[in-house]
Amino acid sequence: MIVFDHVTITYAGAPTPTLTDVDLHIPEGEMALVMGRTGSGKSTLLRAVNGLVPHFSGGTLRGRVVVDGRDTATHRPRDLADVVGFVGQDPLAGFVTDNVEDELAYGMESLGISPATMRKRVEETLDLLGLADLRGRPLTHLSGGQQQRVAIGAVLTTHPRVLVLDEPTSALDPLGAEDVLATLQRLVHDLGITVLLAEHRLERVVQYVDRIIHVPGNGSPVESGLPADILARTPIAPPVVQLGRVAGWSPLPLTVRDARRRSVTLREQLADVQPPAHRASTLGDDVAVVRDLVAGYPRRPVLRGITATVKAGEIVALMGRNGSGKSTLLRTVVGLHKPTSGRVVADDVGLVPQVPADLLYAATVADECAMADRDAGVDGGTTRKLLDRLAPGIPDDQHPRDLSEGQKLSVALAIVLASEPRLLLLDEPTRGLDYVAKHQLVEMLHQLADAGHGVVFATHDVELVAEVASRVVVLADGEIVADGAAPDVVVSSPAFAPQVAKVMAPQPWLTVHDVATALGQA
Amino acid sequence: MRPHHLITYPRTLHPGAWWLWAIGLAAAASRTTNPVPLLLIMAVTWFVVSARRGDTPWASSYALFFRLAMLVIVIHLVFQTLLSGNTQGTTVMFTLPEIPLPDSTGIQLGGPVTLEGLLTALYVALQLAAIFCCIGAANALGSARQLLRYVPAALYEIGVACIIALTFAPQLATDARRVRDAARLRGGSRGRIRRFGRLAMPMLEGALERSVALAAAMDSRGYGRTTVSDPRQRRLTSALVVTGMVGVCLGIYGILNGTASSWMGLPALAVGCLLGVAGLVVGGKRTGRTRYRPDPWALPELLVVASGLTAAVLTFWQVRVDPTTLVLASVSDVPPVPMLACAGILVGLLPAFVAPPLPLPPPSRRERDLEVAA
Repeated sequence: MIVFDHVTITYAGAPTPTLTDVDLHIPEGEMALVMGRTGSGKSTLLRAVNGLVPHFSGGTLRGRVVVDGRDTATHRPRDLADVVGFVGQDPLAGFVTDNVEDELAYGMESLGISPATMRKRVEETLDLLGLADLRGRPLTHLSGGQQQRVAIGAVLTTHPRVLVLDEPTSALDPLGAEDVLATLQRLVHDLGITVLLAEHRLERVVQYVDRIIHVPGNGSPVESGLPADILARTPIAPPVVQLGRVAGWSPLPLTVRDARRRSVTLREQLADVQPPAHRASTLGDDVAVVRDLVAGYPRRPVLRGITATVKAGEIVALMGRNGSGKSTLLRTVVGLHKPTSGRVVADDVGLVPQVPADLLYAATVADECAMADRDAGVDGGTTRKLLDRLAPGIPDDQHPRDLSEGQKLSVALAIVLASEPRLLLLDEPTRGLDYVAKHQLVEMLHQLADAGHGVVFATHDVELVAEVASRVVVLADGEIVADGAAPDVVVSSPAFAPQVAKVMAPQPWLTVHDVATALGQA
Repeated sequence: MRPHHLITYPRTLHPGAWWLWAIGLAAAASRTTNPVPLLLIMAVTWFVVSARRGDTPWASSYALFFRLAMLVIVIHLVFQTLLSGNTQGTTVMFTLPEIPLPDSTGIQLGGPVTLEGLLTALYVALQLAAIFCCIGAANALGSARQLLRYVPAALYEIGVACIIALTFAPQLATDARRVRDAARLRGGSRGRIRRFGRLAMPMLEGALERSVALAAAMDSRGYGRTTVSDPRQRRLTSALVVTGMVGVCLGIYGILNGTASSWMGLPALAVGCLLGVAGLVVGGKRTGRTRYRPDPWALPELLVVASGLTAAVLTFWQVRVDPTTLVLASVSDVPPVPMLACAGILVGLLPAFVAPPLPLPPPSRRERDLEVAA
């Protein structure tokens, strides 16, 4: 269905090709995952499928990309609209109309499909994606998961044979993500659509895919193969696979179910070992006290009476579905949002916003650091030193916008830390981060907690919580519904349990690292 | 009879009908500075909007335009007070300290403020405010965005540009808020100008990235695919449409101005319309776009448009019969009531009854369950 024939793509002005000699064949009806580090060329590969690269982006493409018999050299993206449905990273950025029904019809209107057919297909698509109740709603009023489903529906109405999605679940909570992935799987099974998607959160998608295309970046060849074969070799892998490697299972398990069936002996082996507690080693004084906090809009409170305390040395994970009030809580604590009633006592607070790039204005990293020194009123070079400790080796003369997502986060973090806040807040820090950058983030957060900072981060990433949190607070509908040590809160929860906990239940193991250490001891 | 022709059958009215109705009222407002019909027009728009407004995001735009109208009046009065001079009237209300400026500027700051001057300013501002209310009503009842769906195929590109612009503005506001918050997090440079300089960069970059993303999305969803690129036909279309537009503009100017030479009025409008329609017909052939669930144009639409037109026609007629009731000879007298114009404007109230009621949103699942249980 999709054929890449010795494709090399070089963007204008780039010294080296982004993708080199890619030779791929994806048969009809497959669901294929493109994985790789940020900046390795995943998006370029996806965008080449419908001709956005090079028709829209510029650059040169050597070789041939053929989709359903149409060569992208002679077909522009619009000529492939009835064959390839393309859903970009941010669904809201791609919406052309303002309500669900019109958005679903837009592509068909462009193709000149007859009104009767359009009417029928819109109804079918509304049912297929479970959007019937939302048909007249404005797109901006929908939740992230609903928007993503509308974006998928909007390209499905033209009956494409191929669906291409760029990180469809990165902004979604675990259940919203499952919803979208289940929808995709249904399309593959029922309609025989070929799906190609890129995703950083392998643990969410690996179980659904038939093929993995690994784009290692840095000029190494692109590999394509069965998930088990590819994951056996790659440095990045979801926790179940890592657990399989640690326990020496072969073939490697890809789903929690597989792993659980294999893990009987492992669980027996570890039955008498006490899992690590995931608690803060040293607790200091209170860095933030929130009492009976109500905040939000006049007649629609988002937070309904929150009471909590954060101590120095703690790393608190704030979880809950989209719209449960996580961001509002962080913004209120830092003072961007005025509480309606209640009390917030938090003096030195720094917040890294959801889009860290918002904090960056200067033309070079060096300017940025100097500006942060001046803003914070500290000695020159402080920010640069912090940055070197967090992420060494970022050149001074680089433009902040050209950094990778992980590097941007490091710079933003260094800027916030320059004024030495005792409490550090992070709003969804892992959006767009690959495994390596996430690993760096975990290290950084541990460092900060050990240095006596209190850390609170809002996230949907259950694996990150398992790695780093010493305490988990779950928000629902503006109230705290759970607050306790990480193992106590996440292990029993169907939505928030990390993969290792699901495999090892009822024993409260959270990370592969814990299991590996325990096996080393045993 | 098809249900669309019933004025009781719940559905949304064609946005074009609302705009034509509002244009009719605005045209009526443009011919008078008498506060009686002007206030009547504002009342009519308010009444119709409150009777037929939906729960769409743009439905609240009437309040916005109304506030804008009030602002226009205030600004007008303030400037009249400050820059009045003593050109109008004799009834001095109070005297502001005068700031002498050289005679050559022709401007006088301060000085005596007369009742006549203030009333003239108020009435002129009221005219503008009434027109604002008409636009606000049109926007609240049938949003500009909905209207753009009906842009003829020949003008499709312009329509798309408008859609992107309409998406862009609210997005820019969201971006601005986000970036400003981020700036507050960083603290530092207190100066407003420097701060603005720092904020403009990330905002513009964000806006640019968003536009490119939208363009890519539209392209990959087939936008512009069916357009036949025959350059001769395209040029013919553009020429016809542009000449037609010029004709229409001249015609409208001629009609509304009333003092221009006679060929500029109706004849220019008619020729312009003809050319424009010809252009749209020629151009309409070239795109193979189809339209999803277009709103029908039926009896209620005709009635709504007719009511707006009646307001305009009767006011124009009043100009013929008795112009002094519309443009007051002496502003300080109690304004007379122009019977014809007022009757016409009151006809403009009809859409509150003849436009079909809006359908209620479908009941949520819980309500449906309750109904079943009952």
